[in-house]
Amino acid sequence: MRSSDAIPELLRVSEMTNRHLKRREFLDRAAETLIIAFASIAIAIILLIFVYVGREAMPLLWENTDGASVASTITPPVAWQPVSVNPRYNVIPLILGTLKVTLIAMLIGTPLALAAALYTSEFAPARLREWIKPAIELLAGIPSVVMGFFALIVLATWLQTTFGLEFRLNALNAGIALALAVIPIIYTVSEDALTAVPSHYREASLALGASKIQTAVRVVFPAAMPGIGAAMILGFGRAIGETMIVLMASGNAAYMSLSPLVMTRTLSATIAAELGEVVFGGGHYRILFFLGSLLFVVTSVLNWIGDRYNRRMRRRLFGTE
Amino acid sequence: MSKAIDRSVVFLCAASTLVILAMLAVILGNIIAHGTARLSWEFLTQPPTQGMTAGGIFPAIYGTVLLVLLMSIAAVPFGVIVAIYFAEYAKRESWFYRWTRMAVNNLAGVPSIVFGLFGLGFFVHGIGHALDRGLYGGKLVLGQPSIVWASMTMAVLTLPVVIITVEETMRAVPREYREASLALGATRLQTVMRVVLPQSWSGVLTGAILAVSRGAGEVAPVLFTGAAYFLPRLPSRVNDQFMQLGNHIFVLSTQSPDVEATKPLLYSTVFVLLILTFLLNVTAMVIRKRMRSWASR
Amino acid sequence: MTKALVSLFLTLSTLLLTGCPAPGEHQTITIKGSDTMVQLGQRWAELYMQKHPEVTIQVTAGGSGNGIAALIDGTTQICQASRPMKDTEKESLKTKRSLDAVETPVALDALAVYVNKDNAIKSLTMDQIAKIFLGETTDWKDVGGTPGNIVLYGRENSSGTYVYFKEHVLSNKDFPSKYQALPGTGAVVDAVSKDKGGIGYGGIGYATDIKTVPITKDAGSAPIDPTMANVLSGTYPISRQLFWYTAGPPEGPVKAFQDWVLGPEGQKVVSEKGFYPLKGE
Repeated sequence: MRSSDAIPELLRVSEMTNRHLKRREFLDRAAETLIIAFASIAIAIILLIFVYVGREAMPLLWENTDGASVASTITPPVAWQPVSVNPRYNVIPLILGTLKVTLIAMLIGTPLALAAALYTSEFAPARLREWIKPAIELLAGIPSVVMGFFALIVLATWLQTTFGLEFRLNALNAGIALALAVIPIIYTVSEDALTAVPSHYREASLALGASKIQTAVRVVFPAAMPGIGAAMILGFGRAIGETMIVLMASGNAAYMSLSPLVMTRTLSATIAAELGEVVFGGGHYRILFFLGSLLFVVTSVLNWIGDRYNRRMRRRLFGTE
Repeated sequence: MSKAIDRSVVFLCAASTLVILAMLAVILGNIIAHGTARLSWEFLTQPPTQGMTAGGIFPAIYGTVLLVLLMSIAAVPFGVIVAIYFAEYAKRESWFYRWTRMAVNNLAGVPSIVFGLFGLGFFVHGIGHALDRGLYGGKLVLGQPSIVWASMTMAVLTLPVVIITVEETMRAVPREYREASLALGATRLQTVMRVVLPQSWSGVLTGAILAVSRGAGEVAPVLFTGAAYFLPRLPSRVNDQFMQLGNHIFVLSTQSPDVEATKPLLYSTVFVLLILTFLLNVTAMVIRKRMRSWASR
Repeated sequence: MTKALVSLFLTLSTLLLTGCPAPGEHQTITIKGSDTMVQLGQRWAELYMQKHPEVTIQVTAGGSGNGIAALIDGTTQICQASRPMKDTEKESLKTKRSLDAVETPVALDALAVYVNKDNAIKSLTMDQIAKIFLGETTDWKDVGGTPGNIVLYGRENSSGTYVYFKEHVLSNKDFPSKYQALPGTGAVVDAVSKDKGGIGYGGIGYATDIKTVPITKDAGSAPIDPTMANVLSGTYPISRQLFWYTAGPPEGPVKAFQDWVLGPEGQKVVSEKGFYPLKGE
């Protein structure tokens, strides 16, 4: 090749390369747009849920369908009787029921889960740790309908015969089963928090002469507090929204009482029990969506708080999120 | 004295762990003890007969598998794309990213019955009826509870799980890999498709398996969007109803015509569902473990 | 591996999507509604499908209220109901779908009052039953039994049995809040069989392992058992018809199915299941 041909050759090659580069860039942009489009659709659907459930309940704010309105959810008489000559939609018995069962579950589940998390992360020999964590995660894998089944068929009878209870299906029955469903969440998140505490915290404490237990209880545990708080909040959120266990095991009576040994009815179980029989668009239908919105808002707030705690803990321990 | 306190603290913690594991053992033991009685090849391949007191649960197994398959087809690709967006394309400080990330996180904790409400109102009555009016001139075809709406509802329920799992895996791919790829002249798309994504398959698989295990066990979302009590013919069209293992357990426990007579079948159904979800969860755990040990190399 | 999975997904989804119903195709019959009647519906479906393999019948329970709501919404063809439709419901059907509800009795039932097998009660008057289920009488000794708390079990408010009982025994007054609402008659029977102080109600077809209480109309008259003879003659105070409702008169496969149910084979199923055929034995 003569030297005077080299330059046109170079120009030709560089133009080809340019075209290649431009095409790749075009594909890249196109793909990016497509990805963002798809992602937006998916996110739109997620946001739609937030909106839709509330929207179906909105008319309650300004009109009264078959006796159902926002006001009717708190006006006396305090009773939940949606199918009646005078339908009554007061939600207070349901809220009381939800709180009762959730509280029982948290009172039973939190100490057990936290103590187990502490044991696993601080005291247990490494070999045992390898078995305990997966075992408790297995507990998380049990579907709630199976838990409800167990509470209904086995636990209720055992409780009644052992303690001579008056009502076979009651809040305690559901609460125990719910505790079993909630323990894995509290355990996993707090165990993660405890193991995330940097080892130099422990080493410093031990170097100063504290025992292993003192270190665990007075140094590691408080350091992991935001994470443990998050664990409890997430567990609480899960307990409030749980449907199948309470539907099967709590007796389903909207009975106002503080005793855990009587039957009770929660918001979630009410929706599940009554959603089938409501006519689309009627008053009862809207009230059930209202209950759903209530659950949604409460669990969202709890999740958000739990998330913030988690992030705060990470920031404190690692300086990053 | 403090030694005694110390020991009792450890003892209490160990005891709590034992209590939890013991309860797990009791539940599993009870189900295994009663559940294996009716287990047989016929149980797994025949429909229920004689008012649910005899026969098997094949339609429920088939229905569950189909539900989960349709759900995965909808949820996994979407979830992966959203995860790619979150991990690779979104600007971390942007308002849009922060809010949508929060929405996804939040949705993971929403009660399953709320999804049931959404599925009934939006999919069955909303989209279903609209499609009926548009495609079938108002005849009742798609505006009723059916497997397609139930699987869409489940897909929405499990979408956050897939997104979060896959995104987590993608972020775990070391930054150096991406930088090396870009330095070699690859575009962002090529980097994602040929470097990051192949390294994240385990995350996709884990996310899919976790979604599937939730889908097989959740009952509340399908109660009103498509599950039926008795359906010996298998669902063959998108607007058919279907039987589901979890729903079957619920119905047999509470609406059975003769609770004592259907108990053996009920226990065996629970056993089958439990085995299914355990296998799925164990698989996911194994994959996760392998993924972690790989990442720390 | 991934290629194989992807192609599997695609094949299965194509298979399913080609099952998209073409307009006009309609050999699926949906039955929804009464829990009391669900085992009837299921057995009818089972036998009819054996004879007519081109028809698919789907049965779901949930309560008469569910079935009626589904009929109004248009998500079922046949609604099984253990109580008659209310006028307001018939109006809703007319407004929403411009169709009239067509009612067909398909079986007879005695609404039985269940007590535990070990309960010593010999009979109860309608008035006593009402007071018990209204929460006014709370101890078995007040009605002639061994002293002990009376525990109330019954159905959810979506149940036709619930509504029927409320109307005909409680004169439309509300159940007390201590009343435990269970999702199916099977659950009610199970609860009463396990609870010595329990009392419940439900269709006669479910009465296994518990005692059904003979009822006297008023103090002094003879106690009447919920037997078929007493139901047919009308002497048992709370007997009822079990209905099928369709929106508009049944046609095509639905009509054929309904005719079969009203025929000798269908009615035989009714007595098999412990209920009472329309024309007696």
